Amino acid sequence: MELVVFVLASAMMLVGALGVITRSNPVHAALSLILTLFGVAVHFVALEAYFLAAVQIIVYAGAIVVLFLFVIMLLGVDKAEDLATEPLVAQRWLAGIAGLGLLGLLVVAVSRGVEVLRPRGNGLDTAAQGADGDANIQQLAQSVFGDYVVAFELTSVLLVVAVVGTVMLARRRMAGEA
Amino acid sequence: MPEPTTLSYLIVAALLFVIGTVGVMVRRNPLIMFMCIELMLNAVNLSFVALARELTDIDGQSIVFFVLVVAAAEVVVGLGIIVAIMRNRTSLTADDMAELKG
Repeated sequence: MELVVFVLASAMMLVGALGVITRSNPVHAALSLILTLFGVAVHFVALEAYFLAAVQIIVYAGAIVVLFLFVIMLLGVDKAEDLATEPLVAQRWLAGIAGLGLLGLLVVAVSRGVEVLRPRGNGLDTAAQGADGDANIQQLAQSVFGDYVVAFELTSVLLVVAVVGTVMLARRRMAGEA
Repeated sequence: MPEPTTLSYLIVAALLFVIGTVGVMVRRNPLIMFMCIELMLNAVNLSFVALARELTDIDGQSIVFFVLVVAAAEVVVGLGIIVAIMRNRTSLTADDMAELKG
């Protein structure tokens, strides 16, 4: 059963990813990205990361892709792009070769590295162990707000900086202003 | 029926990462290049979560949480820059941004 879920979610994810890089219309690419993000969310559920699966849907599919679509519509670039002509000679061939090389390296690296993995943490709480259905959320909260509380506070600073910077960037310059 | 191992999750994540990398190298539309960066971030998130289960350590999931926040900030700033650059232009390819002025 878990294998079926794994195969289906992986297929969703990879088909969506191929859609992102092959669709000529940016709107279609953004919708393919949603497919990929949902596939990753299904993997998260299968890996017992329930909170992250929900956040993945809400933040990625709900906010980031919508932001992409907003910008596509705002700029009016929702026309199909000409993909038939290759801008640089042999660019795609070289990119494909580089991609295959990277894939080979990654697969060799992870298949060697995975053999030396040993459990080192305190264990993941799952709903099956009692507590209640929120075991994953409770454990993640203790980690984020306990061990990593400084990093968490820093991300809030990061978000404020990002918001202020974007407002400054996107603002129209008034006449007579430097 | 066999269960998917951590290795199979890592290999799927590697495939997703490579697709994103090839996309950044091949596509010229900066919006699509951003989407490909999101693909790569998702591949890394997937391997973090898979390793969190393998190592029975919640830290892997905490890191994914922070990656999500940073990705959101990155997209906001990146799209802001694209909107600022594209306001005076009609076409949208990365090659048009070679002159470092708005």
